[in-house]
Order: sequence, then structure tokens, then C-alpha cells
Amino acid sequence: MDEIKALEDESIYLIREAYNKFKNIAMLWSIGKDSTTMLWLVRKAFFGKIPFPVIHIDTGYKFKEIYEFRDRYAKEWDLDLIVYKNQEALDLGICPEKGRFECCNQLKTMALKKVIMEKKLEAVLLGIRRDEHGIRAKERVFSVRDEDFEWNYKEQSPEIWKQYRTGIQEKEHIRVHPILGWTELDIWKYIKRENIPITDLYFAKENKRYRSIGCETCCSSLDSEADTVEKIIQELETTNISERSGRVQDKESDYMMQKLRSLGYM
Amino acid sequence: MEKLKIVIVGHVDHGKSSLIGRLLYDTKSISEDKLTEVKANCKSGHLDFAYFLDHLQEEREQKITIESTQTFFKTLKREYVIIDAPGHVEFVRNMITGASKADTAVLIVDVEEGCQEQTRRHAFILSMLGFHNIILLINKMDVVDYQQERFEETVKECVQFLGRTRINVLHCIPISAIFGDNVAFASQTMTWYKGKTLLQALDQLTLGEKDKKELCYPVQDVYYVNDQRMAVGMIESGVMKVGDEVMIMPDMHKASIRTIEKYKESLTEAHTKESVGITTDTPVYLEKGNILIHTDSRLLPEKKYKANVFWIAKDPLTIETKLQLQCVTQSTLCKVTSIFNKINTSTLEAITNDDECIRSLEMCEVEIQTKKQLVMCSVEEIESLGRFVLICNNNICGYGIIS
Repeated sequence: MDEIKALEDESIYLIREAYNKFKNIAMLWSIGKDSTTMLWLVRKAFFGKIPFPVIHIDTGYKFKEIYEFRDRYAKEWDLDLIVYKNQEALDLGICPEKGRFECCNQLKTMALKKVIMEKKLEAVLLGIRRDEHGIRAKERVFSVRDEDFEWNYKEQSPEIWKQYRTGIQEKEHIRVHPILGWTELDIWKYIKRENIPITDLYFAKENKRYRSIGCETCCSSLDSEADTVEKIIQELETTNISERSGRVQDKESDYMMQKLRSLGYM
Repeated sequence: MEKLKIVIVGHVDHGKSSLIGRLLYDTKSISEDKLTEVKANCKSGHLDFAYFLDHLQEEREQKITIESTQTFFKTLKREYVIIDAPGHVEFVRNMITGASKADTAVLIVDVEEGCQEQTRRHAFILSMLGFHNIILLINKMDVVDYQQERFEETVKECVQFLGRTRINVLHCIPISAIFGDNVAFASQTMTWYKGKTLLQALDQLTLGEKDKKELCYPVQDVYYVNDQRMAVGMIESGVMKVGDEVMIMPDMHKASIRTIEKYKESLTEAHTKESVGITTDTPVYLEKGNILIHTDSRLLPEKKYKANVFWIAKDPLTIETKLQLQCVTQSTLCKVTSIFNKINTSTLEAITNDDECIRSLEMCEVEIQTKKQLVMCSVEEIESLGRFVLICNNNICGYGIIS
């Protein structure tokens, strides 16, 4: 079996397993290439009709292309879309200039915390991948967060022979990572194979493109001539620059990502 | 070609993380910005290879691996996923999680220290997980001046021990992970060694032909799609075709496969590891935990099984305690009714004084009684029906193998 097909079958299995175990579930969609790929897999897993909400955590600082893409496909794919903003933090003037750590923590993590509490979610599907960042490489597919959202990476349950966490204690929730084992290259090969629509930000314009997207304020573009999926695949097969090199939250200090994640960041 | 997943195991400090760092470095799998970051964080001046993998703050400060990590590299031959498994005994469940996903295993041993407690336990766990062929690396050859005699002594000790498990050693390679001897490039110093480098040995491995075993399709869930009930699941072994006569276990009802479906796709057949939906011709009731097999199968539902169990929870398992058993999508309450042949997994010595409970990190044979009927068999017959986990309070506490 070819590798990409094997990854698809495995991810679909995990998505169905998550839904079978946790009925109060939702998925996070950042509109980036990974979570859009995950959304595609979720649609396939449920034969076109997703039986749970799709949540966009909106920091208010996203690219305008992201909002356009979101609204267009939410309609076309008939999604139960929930857009969630930490308005209180925004009203207090939280922004990257006043501290990136607090900005990420308030506008992403705290927003997620609120939506999980409000919707009483037991599980959320997230499109993170192991090869993106060393800390994410330590993740489980079914990963528990306690009521304070903390990730106890020293006491993670074993996962073996396709047996995953079966339940949670009160106030805990599970992060399910169905595409944890995919690489960046796998994602683009799958996008090509399935012809998945992806926002234009990834494709080079005037010799610049984004390789990883988030908030406009904290993403930088890289030199690239890759303006098609094929050219991106070609570029990735030869590059020696890491995927999230344009993402500020990974760089500020060596452990910023670990600190963010231990507080519940995706 | 499919990626090859390698797990690297061994005693703490025998050099697992350093070896992986070296592999990534020599195959140019570390990005420029990452390398700059690592250089900036290395105080001593020379590159600390373990730093590439040990990302958690405590891991870097204490120089130990806590959680298994997966990283990627490629050669001209194929792509690899390396799973780095922690060596400390407290993290043995992380090691098992890592190892259970691998296609092949590499055991690394410090030439000076030889076989240690975790070397033995890891080898034993590998054997239990079904790894019968491994690559043995004797590391830190630089420390013993690259002497052939020292290498051979340590190999002899390891092979003697491994002879007591079901593990067969494919290659014994003398290496220095720090200096790169025989990892990606042949050693310039150990000219007495005529064998392969680690990369050559890996590139040469072939994944066993996916067994042409009998059909096993565990039902994972049942959905309503276009107003009809459709079972979904992943085929664990064998091939399923439209029109096949199947038996629905454990109730032994018969049906025939009407359709095999994926989203916007109708298939005539589906193979091992495919996630598919199915409908049957007669309206049989399907639910999670049903196993579909061909009607000529000899599998029968049972409530009593003999198995080998490896216990990892802190609290011991006592006879007659109720706990949950899961095997593929099947789940039921069960209890251990008797315990025999208990073994200490680090010395492999028999434990004779105590047959009422299984303590942490012990392994034994047990007789298990399940509340519901299940379909399980030996791993040799159908791999996935010969493996199960034991669960208490939502956590996996033990592993079982039927052989």
C-alpha cells in the first residue's frame, strides 16, 4: 500500500475512534494546510456530513485571506462552524506588541479553554504534527489535559496496538491528534492527490510565500518561487530550512513552546 | 515505498539519543536554523547530539529521555521514522508505546558496561512485542580504543542473554555515536570490522510480506449513511470482497457483503489496513466489537483464555479482581483466575514465592475469564486477535499476548 493512502486510512480510523468514544466532541480548524487536511479527512470519515462542530479560534489578527477562505468553505462544506474570540482579552488591549507569550496564551489557549468549558467538550480534534516541533514530537494521539489545561507529559498513558485512552475524569478533556504522524511533505502530497483547496497564502507571489500560517503579526514569509502544489512538493524535497522558522512563538526562547504547551497551547 | 519505523532501545546512558542525533546529522536531516539553535545552546563547544531529541527542559538539564520522540530522516533507498525510547525504568510504558509502533528494532549497548538491567528488560519487551530480528550496536568503541577484543567480549555476553529470548541478531556493529564510526560512514579506525554500517544494514532490511492471513474485520462503529446502517472499521488482516459470505462474531450469524464503501467511492474489495464502511444483504444487527470473519474460519467465541501478561501499573494485579480487557474493538470485563510461571523481566529469573498477584514490571502466564464471549486466537494465527490490553480507570495497566 502506498504511504499516503496508509496514512489516510489510519487517520480516518483515529477520527472514527474519537467520535465513538466521545460524543461531545468538536474539531479545531485554523484554516491552515494541516487542519484543512484534517477537515478533509473528517469529512471522508463521516461520508461528507460532519456530526460535530468545527471551531475556529479567532485571535482577530489573522490574515484576511484566512477569513475569506473560512467563510467560503464553511458554506460549501455545510459545516457547523463556531467562531470563538477571547473578546475580554482583546478589549483589555492584549496584542503581540505587549508580549507575544501572553498574546498567544490569552488569544489562543484561553479562548480554547473558554469554548471547551462553554460547550462542555470532552474531546477536541487537533491537526498538529510530530515533525513540526520537538515538543509536539512527544505527544500521544489521545492526549489528556486536566481541568487547568495542563499537559502532564511525564505520566502519559501508553498507546499500543491501536488501544487508546477510553475515558476521562470530570473536567478533563482529551486532545485527539489524528495526523500526528504525518510530515509536512505528506500533507502536500495528499493535498495534491485529493485536490484539497488551500488558502493562497501558501503559494508564492513576487517570490515570497508563507510555509506556516497563523496571525499576520507573527508570521514571516520566505523566499520561494513555489506557486503551485507541485512546486511546493519539489521545494520541500530539497529544502534545509525548518517549517516553523517563520513562526515567532517557536523562537523567542528555547522553552517558550514548552511553556505555552504546558499551559494548554495547541 | 512505505516508511520504515525503527525503534532504538537500550539501557540509560548507553547512547540512544546521541546515536539518533548522529544519524540525523550525517543524513543532513537537521535544518540549518535548528543546527544554529542547538549550537547556540551547547555550552561545551562540541555538538550535543542528544539535544536534537530531548526537547523537554528537564530532559536537557538532566540529560535523560523521558518521553519517546519520533523523528524522520531519509536515505537514497527510503524514508525512516526513528522512535527514541527512554531508558529509565520509570518510563518503561513510554518505551512500550514507542516500540509497539516500530517495524524493526535496534538495541544499543555500551561496550564497557555490557548488558544492564534495562538492556535485558527492553530485549524482553521487544521479544514479547514480536520483534524476532534486531540489529545490535556496541557503542562507545572510542572509549576502549576501538579494540576488537572488547567488542567481541560484549557481543558474546549479549548474544548469550538474547539466546534466552526469541530474538535473533541480524547484525552486530561496533560504533561510536559521538564520532560517527560505522553509523552512516564506515569507521576509519576499526579496519578490523568488515561488516555493514548501521545505515547499510537498515537500507538492506525488507519488510515482511504483509501476511496473507484470514479475514479479520472488527466493527468500529455503525453510522446511518443515506438512510441505511453502515458498519465502519479497519481490516486487520486478509481481504474482503463484495459477495463474500461472512460470519458475525461472537454471535455466529451469517451474512454476505453487499457493498464496501469509502466517501464517494464504491469498492469491489478491500485489503488489510484499509478503513472501509460495509453493508450486508440481510438486515443483521451490527455493533462495535463484532468481528467479521469468513464462514470457513475455524475461530470460535470463547470465555476462557491462556495468555502471557506483562504488568506495568504501580499497583499489583490480584487474582479475581475485575478489570477491562480490550482486543481490537472488543471490550469486556474480565478477571485473572490463576497465575503461573512468573518472571522478573530484568534478570529473567523465575519468581516462585508469590502466585496470588502480579507486580509492576513482572511477566507471567495467566488464565483469564471474560464476562462476554470474545474472539481471540494466537498471534501466529491472526496477530491482532492475539494481542490485548488490560485497563483499570481508563488507563492501560497491562499487555497480553496469546501464543
